[in-house]
Amino acid sequence: MPYLISPVVGADSSTAANTVPAPAPASAAAPAWSAPAPQASSPPKVSAASRLLPFIGPLVLFIVWDIAVRFGFIKAILLPSPSATLVALVTGFAGGTLLLDFGVTFLRTLQAFTVAAVVGVPLGVLLGSNEKAYRSVEFLIDFFRSTPSSALIPLFLLIFGVSDINKVAIAAFGAFLIVIFNSAYGVINARKQRVMAARVMGASRWQIFKDVLIWESLQPTFVGLRSAVSMALVIVIVAEMFIGSESGLGHRIIDAQQVLNVKSMYAAILSAGALGYALNIMFLMAERRIVHWSGR
Amino acid sequence: MTVLNAPFSTDVPVPPFRPGPAGTHITIRGLTKYFAGWPLYENFDLDIPKHKITSVFGPNGCGKSTLINMIAGLVPIDAGEILFDGKTLKDTKIGYVFQNYREAMFPWMRTIDNIAYPLKLEGKSKAEVDRRMAELVASFDVKFDLNRYPYELSGGQQQTASIMRALAPNPEVLFLDEPFSALDFEMTLFIREKLQEVFMQTGTTMLLVSHDLEEAVYLADEVLLLTKRPTRVAEILPYGDARPRTTETLSEASFIHAKKRSLEVFQREVRR
Repeated sequence: MPYLISPVVGADSSTAANTVPAPAPASAAAPAWSAPAPQASSPPKVSAASRLLPFIGPLVLFIVWDIAVRFGFIKAILLPSPSATLVALVTGFAGGTLLLDFGVTFLRTLQAFTVAAVVGVPLGVLLGSNEKAYRSVEFLIDFFRSTPSSALIPLFLLIFGVSDINKVAIAAFGAFLIVIFNSAYGVINARKQRVMAARVMGASRWQIFKDVLIWESLQPTFVGLRSAVSMALVIVIVAEMFIGSESGLGHRIIDAQQVLNVKSMYAAILSAGALGYALNIMFLMAERRIVHWSGR
Repeated sequence: MTVLNAPFSTDVPVPPFRPGPAGTHITIRGLTKYFAGWPLYENFDLDIPKHKITSVFGPNGCGKSTLINMIAGLVPIDAGEILFDGKTLKDTKIGYVFQNYREAMFPWMRTIDNIAYPLKLEGKSKAEVDRRMAELVASFDVKFDLNRYPYELSGGQQQTASIMRALAPNPEVLFLDEPFSALDFEMTLFIREKLQEVFMQTGTTMLLVSHDLEEAVYLADEVLLLTKRPTRVAEILPYGDARPRTTETLSEASFIHAKKRSLEVFQREVRR
């Protein structure tokens, strides 16, 4: 990799001259060249080119976007060029107000998610371990899980008024239903044989619960938490748009749209996407760490 | 009305409990189990000897696994009584080895903690647990790293670990539900020898369900042959060759005779 890239990147002759002699000495060159060969032939080592594959999609999107703007297929007043958007994004984060709105939305999402997780996981596990209890509330959970949370915004407005708590509360509600559903089903669908193994060893109901059921439910719980954090972000942004708000990415997007400040709008949209993506990745990484046996 | 009904229920004679012959460990009396409305076991009686290995063999669907699961308390029974030396299951320490070791071990615990888990349930101190673990590791001559997670081990290693877990609390009875079915031949041989070794050391009563007749006879002191459902005892064949049995045993006349006899009974029952 380095010897491939450095001559290309080092366009001016001085750096190119500096990099070339390094592998040149004959004694060092021989082992240096023999080493990469088996690496390249061993199957798990993915070649550099295929590691760049994930970047092709975004790159193509930016090129198409740039062409569409440059040749005027879409009016510049509706769609700024990608470079202008990226500049707006960078300046917005570097001392601009975008960083503030981003932080506010992130904080609200985190608050809503925390409430949902802290209440939802224990309740879900508890309901799941008592199937009769779960069956008695199953319809409620499924019904409200199927109801778009944004449809409940007016209801929450009546209860909490136009406040910050309102936005967090409705996002927490939507996320909570997802968490409770996944955790409960995680326990219900726990491998029966592991429960039997614990029982035959003489484990009590409580010991089976804490040593087997909770662990068995961890993976579906993580699936629930991951969907819940995405749901919380969606609802927070919607709430910021439509419940009187002074801050947040949702507020920023709708404000920018009103005054046709498209650069700011797209920058805010991109940062909202980045936030959602980053949260998702974070949870995937945490899951792989904590539920290390998943899929094995 | 009440006068008419009352004598009826008191008139039913309670059959006196008939203990099994000397050396019986598990007595099963009047065991009844319905499956989907049909009797699988009806008024089933059986004596399982102590300090012996009993192999259970029979036609497909006759409920071999169900039988040992009912004895081990994993499947509820509809009627009847199962006693271990006169005690109920609650007062009896048992070990159970599942066919599917992958779903029997706890992947969130290291293998060593899996094996120690039944001891932890008993409330044993750390020193006691450590002593027993050292004993087990020595007697099983473990060559792999027990600090790994179960899913990091091979199938045979996982099944070895799950047999160690079952034996950790020194159970009175060890149940084995087709413990070799998910293993390759090499591992089957290895674990078979280990089981025999453990049996010779401890004399633990073992109840083995097997679908391989040779294996069933090879390990057994008694081969319990079952009929098609509703299941009854077709025959109990003793097989008394000295232990340790080896590959030579497989070609000895007594072994071949026991295997042939079992096969005859089995075929008679399948054709019936």
